[in-house]
Amino acid sequence: MNYLYAAYIATWAIHIGYLSTLLRRYTRLRSEIEEFKTRIDDK
Amino acid sequence: MKRVFPILAILTAGLLSYALYEALIAAPTEQTMGDVQRIFYYHVPSAWTAFILFFVNFFASIVYLIRRNTKADIVALVTAEVGVIFCTVVLVTGPIWARPVWGIWWTWDLRLTLTLVLWLIYVSYLVLRRFSSSGQTPLLAAVLAVFGALDVPLVYFSIWFFRTQHPQPVIGGGGSIDPRMLHVLLINWLAFSCFAALVCWSRYRLEVLRREVDETLALEALLEPRSSQTRSSQTKTSQTGRAG
Repeated sequence: MNYLYAAYIATWAIHIGYLSTLLRRYTRLRSEIEEFKTRIDDK
Repeated sequence: MKRVFPILAILTAGLLSYALYEALIAAPTEQTMGDVQRIFYYHVPSAWTAFILFFVNFFASIVYLIRRNTKADIVALVTAEVGVIFCTVVLVTGPIWARPVWGIWWTWDLRLTLTLVLWLIYVSYLVLRRFSSSGQTPLLAAVLAVFGALDVPLVYFSIWFFRTQHPQPVIGGGGSIDPRMLHVLLINWLAFSCFAALVCWSRYRLEVLRREVDETLALEALLEPRSSQTRSSQTKTSQTGRAG
């Protein structure tokens, strides 16, 4: 049973890890857009 | 589209939960291997999903090579990235299943080795795209993807034509499976396919946004000296005007 749970946990760890990198990239991009908007408004 | 995505995400989460219940509880226990055989319901659908994604990557790369279409290039990038994730799941769950069943974590068997080579090909594809700054990167990546995709049928058919440590295919190729197990397998495949499609969709939107931001910033950088030049010439004119 340990192997079974290890396989299922590993699968979801890989998927959640990838989803969190996507979220981090998206957050970084949003902050870049906000920064750009602020720069444009200042001009 | 913004409204459809959360609905699809909730439906997919429900389907994945149902598939997990079917795999861990509802599916019959295999007589020889026992409960550890249930790894099969994650291992096999992940492999099929990875193969489909690599095939989409192959066709998108062909389209890019013929038409130089940006959307096709983004689709190729996205499917390779998500395909590598699913292939990683296959390469991780395989040895976890092999250890209690074969007594070893890994063997340099044809199926296993070709799967590892497939993973390495697409990791190198992503590394090329990530670190190459040349304008020819999408073209080079598309060529690599077309040749890399040749490994997919080799992986799939390796257990049909060669005797390997890996079990024979459960569908076709002379293999057989209990209908209840097949039902659970197909549900898990459907769930993982929907999940992969949603992840690809999110990644596609992210990539489109990334490129738009990069283009806007590049345009701003190009226009910046001109606008500052205009401002300085305006200042000079106003000074001249005041002097006059």
